[in-house]
Amino acid sequence: MTSILKKPSVLPGFGLTLGFTLSYLSIIVLLPLGALIAKAGSLGWFGFWDAVLTPRVLAAFQVSFGLSLVAAAINAVFGFIVAWVLVRYQFPGKRLVDALVDLPFALPTAVAGIALSALYAPNGWIGKPLNELFGLKVAFTPIGIAIALTFIGLPFVVRTVQPILQELPPEEEEAAVSLGATRGQTFWRVVFPAVLPALVTGFALSFARGVGEYGSVIFIAGNMPGLTEILPLLIVIKLEQFDYAGAAAVGTSMLLVSFVMLLILNILQHWMRSRHAR
Amino acid sequence: MSFRRRLSILAAGLTLAWLGVAAADAQDTLLNVSYDPTRELYVDFNQAFAKKWQSETGKKLTVKQSHGGSGKQARSVIDGLDADVVTLALGYDIDAIADSGLLAKDWQARLPNNSSPYTSTIVFLVRKGNPKAIKDWNDLVKPGVSVITPNPKTSGGARWNYLAAWAYALDKNGNDEAKAKEFVGQLFKNVPVLDSGARGATVTFTQRELGDVLLAWENEAYLSLQEFGADKFEIVVPSLSILAEPPVAVVDTVVDRKGTRKVAEAYLQFLYTREGQEIAAKNFYRPRSPELASQYAGRFANVKLVTIDQTFGGWRPTQEKHFADGGVFDQIYQKGR
Amino acid sequence: MPANATASALSDPAWMRRLLIATALTFLGLFLLLPLVAVFAEALRRGVFAYWVALVEEDALAAIKLTLIVAVIAVPANLVFGVAASWCVTKFDFRGKNLLITLIDLPFSVSPVISGLIYVLLFGLSGLLGPYLKSEGIQIIFAVPGLVLATIFVTFPFVARELIPLMQEQGSEEEEAALVLGASGWQTFWRVTLPNIKWGLLYGVLLCNARAMGEFGAVSVVSGHIRGYTNTMPLHVEILYNEYNFVAAFAVASVLAMLALVTLVAKTALEWRFGAELAATRHK
Repeated sequence: MTSILKKPSVLPGFGLTLGFTLSYLSIIVLLPLGALIAKAGSLGWFGFWDAVLTPRVLAAFQVSFGLSLVAAAINAVFGFIVAWVLVRYQFPGKRLVDALVDLPFALPTAVAGIALSALYAPNGWIGKPLNELFGLKVAFTPIGIAIALTFIGLPFVVRTVQPILQELPPEEEEAAVSLGATRGQTFWRVVFPAVLPALVTGFALSFARGVGEYGSVIFIAGNMPGLTEILPLLIVIKLEQFDYAGAAAVGTSMLLVSFVMLLILNILQHWMRSRHAR
Repeated sequence: MSFRRRLSILAAGLTLAWLGVAAADAQDTLLNVSYDPTRELYVDFNQAFAKKWQSETGKKLTVKQSHGGSGKQARSVIDGLDADVVTLALGYDIDAIADSGLLAKDWQARLPNNSSPYTSTIVFLVRKGNPKAIKDWNDLVKPGVSVITPNPKTSGGARWNYLAAWAYALDKNGNDEAKAKEFVGQLFKNVPVLDSGARGATVTFTQRELGDVLLAWENEAYLSLQEFGADKFEIVVPSLSILAEPPVAVVDTVVDRKGTRKVAEAYLQFLYTREGQEIAAKNFYRPRSPELASQYAGRFANVKLVTIDQTFGGWRPTQEKHFADGGVFDQIYQKGR
Repeated sequence: MPANATASALSDPAWMRRLLIATALTFLGLFLLLPLVAVFAEALRRGVFAYWVALVEEDALAAIKLTLIVAVIAVPANLVFGVAASWCVTKFDFRGKNLLITLIDLPFSVSPVISGLIYVLLFGLSGLLGPYLKSEGIQIIFAVPGLVLATIFVTFPFVARELIPLMQEQGSEEEEAALVLGASGWQTFWRVTLPNIKWGLLYGVLLCNARAMGEFGAVSVVSGHIRGYTNTMPLHVEILYNEYNFVAAFAVASVLAMLALVTLVAKTALEWRFGAELAATRHK
């Protein structure tokens, strides 16, 4: 066991903890995911792509990825403003607002789903005025999905940007100002570049979460093939048609995308750390 | 509180639960895996049967219920949900279970009337006063009419909806398949939401107030009137509809393993008795027994009904042609967008 | 340059401050607060009595108990794993460490539906291990073990993710000192490491628990939806919703929402404590 150690350590428990970690990881995560890939693999190389590259699946990819991007973009803008306000300004009830930001982490997605669909349905608190005044339909349209995804993704942006803003040394801004920069210049040239990696990370996390989201979306999405049908729902639908291999194929392709996203995220975080250290 | 006791046993034996060792039941229990709109029916029916079973055998009986979209429920049974009996929306879903070897392939011949103790049909539910003046299927394809139906790929009821519309178009166009496809395609262009199950569609129509007309099971439509008030909705019966035969079956491998065959078979047979038929009729299912059918005749509209066997040649070819991946339904959707 | 000019250039003008605060509050109010309010408003629409009746109904109680049982198994399992994984990742340097960290994070970005599907493929009757388990009379999916497994999967990284950065920050000098002074490995862990990480640990457990009790997608695939037996609270919400019983659906949902609020309060409280402790460790 100790032979894979790069340098010896006086601390005990390497074999025990690594062994336990690996076995637990294998039983809970790797083995079941292996079953998924094996099932998808039972289709064969061409069968797999045949199952994934159908118009319906591709449309669902477009819906899930497109709307997750929209939601992540909304969150990047408003999440940044929220983080900025929470770090830089003082106002009554600030601590309460700060705590509220984590609500989507703690609130079960199904609860969020029925609450949002009650609010945004054509006869809901928000849906009704929107529909009557502007003729805008929210629930059961792509807008509804984007709203649900914005809800669940918001804390990711706020919570990655907030600490970076907090730790931003005031000296740099002071220096910029003493060199004659305006407030706007200081923000765009000093503050924003420092926060950008965190913002991108938050954006990516929010996006990744959105792609896989199920509970909060199905209540508010119209589930129309090609228009408001998200990928996880398509997996469920394939299962209900007893098409296990097809479901596994869509699942595997999503898994592939998540894995790539995760890799990009780790690289981003690495980049952030090295910038931070500099 | 036997359930509470059971839970505390469960809590105490968490390690056992972890291993998944099922504790032996002291009393008779049945699991009935059913589809969405039968919730109210089986609440009444289970009570009546448990009473009868206890008076006949002296044993206490608990019937556990699971409801959901018909396809999803069949999938769970195939994957090992220990259903003693299945009572689903259409024969194809039980065929799928039979294909996996859990029950005999000739299941449908084992009980009278194609193993369907009650029938139903598809009707329209419209808003009070019928503002869009919807009278028949051809009113549904008019521009500006918004139709709510669940997704035929996942919902059994929606498949009956789809097939009823198809049968109407065949009837009107001298059995011209291409015309029927066009008609159903136009109908689905008027559908703004495809819920995955019949219940979801009803909620969308009644609670979210979306759409002008809901294509629904007859029993579901009557239940909506009861739940939400007859001052809000009306039922419209089209000129032609389909005879929906929701079948029931005992799952052989499960009852043989659990030793529940006797009670499971008695349970299903009870559906055919006078008492069972009466409960079905009270819950707006059309009873099979001629005697009760005439007694409750006033309750159900007299409508021309086609059957899946005559018009479509049975479930397997229908499923293959219309609802499989790349089938007619998929083609309609790809062309429509 | 005069001090007040610098200060004004460093802080935003009042109108901008107000505008940004107003934007942030409106956004949060619209997206976070309003849905929360809607849950309670819908739950109490028919009055407190109807609300109470919906909660003490037999199947609702069964769902609450099942949810607790699942959390009571899943959270400690992930707690032990989280501590072991962070110990081996932060105290040692070995080959493949980065891959291991990525794999630990993986369940976080897997769609909940897939998390359920994988157990169906593994333990389902048409799956890899299903037929064998069935012949042995062991039921995994559509029973408590399946619900627990799916829940463990979706909450897998929560504790480890909190602990790894914290323990990285703290380093291993204290543990090394304890060992040199003759403490055993376990003593070192219990007396030195654990007190240092307890708040971070609690924080992770809190998040893990919230997710465990609220998970919907994954458990929905493996539950079987047997009323009163395999329905957790989020699933029971869906069932009630589908039975036109909206008051009851929102009543059970409001219990989950209250749970979320308790989590937030506890979390904020911990952040005060934990923030100070973290700062203290850093300054040492």
